Amino acid sequence: MAEKNKLSIISMSGDFDKVIAVFTLASGAAAVGYEVNIFFTFWGLNSIKKVTGHSFIGTGFMARLFNFLLGGRKSLPLSRLNFGGLSPILMTGMMKDKNVATLEELFDASKALRVNFFACEMAMHVLGLTKDDFIPEVKDVLGVASFLELSKGGQTLFI
Amino acid sequence: MTFVKAKLHLEQLESGDSTEILLVAGEPLDNVPRTATEQGYQVLESVHVRDNIHKVTIKKP
Repeated sequence: MAEKNKLSIISMSGDFDKVIAVFTLASGAAAVGYEVNIFFTFWGLNSIKKVTGHSFIGTGFMARLFNFLLGGRKSLPLSRLNFGGLSPILMTGMMKDKNVATLEELFDASKALRVNFFACEMAMHVLGLTKDDFIPEVKDVLGVASFLELSKGGQTLFI
Repeated sequence: MTFVKAKLHLEQLESGDSTEILLVAGEPLDNVPRTATEQGYQVLESVHVRDNIHKVTIKKP
C-alpha cells in the first residue's frame, strides 16, 4: 500500500492572518488525503487554548500575565494594521461577505478532518501551561526530537 | 476551501449514497471532481446549471 503524503506545520506565530494560513493549509491538505501534523509553539499555542479570549491562565504571576496579554484564538491580532483588535473583526466580516472560510470554520474543518495537533513542551513550560489548558484535540505534548521523527518523510512548513 | 467543504459533506454520506454539489467553473469545478475520483468517490454527472455554476453528482462507494 502506498505511503500517505504528509505535511507537518510548525505554527509559531500568534498573528490572526498567519494562523489562518496554518489552518487553510492544514484543512486543505487533510481534505485531499494528506496526513497533517501541526506543532504549536510559543505564540502559536494561543490558537489551541481552551479559553479563546483574554484570561489569566498558567502557573506563576508572569506566566498568568503573559497569557492574559496574549489571549486565545478569538483575540488574535492582525500582523499589520491591527488597530487595537478592530481589524480581525473587520477582516472576518469581509471573509464572510466574500464567502471565504473564516478562522473558526477552518479550525473546525481541521479538527473534523482529523489533523493532528501537538503542543511544544518547552514553550508550554516557559508559559506555565499544561495540557489541560488546551483543547482536547491536542494529541500530545512533544519536544523537537519527537516532532522531527513525526515529520520525517514529508514536507515541513514554518509559519 | 471548496474541496474541504465538499469532503466534510461527502464523509457524512452512507456508502452507496450520492449527493449533488454546486460548483463554480474554474478551480472548484476542476479540483473537486478530480480529487473526489482520486479518493475513490464516483462522479456520476456534471451538468451546467446557469452562468458559471455547474452541478456535480458524486456517489460514495
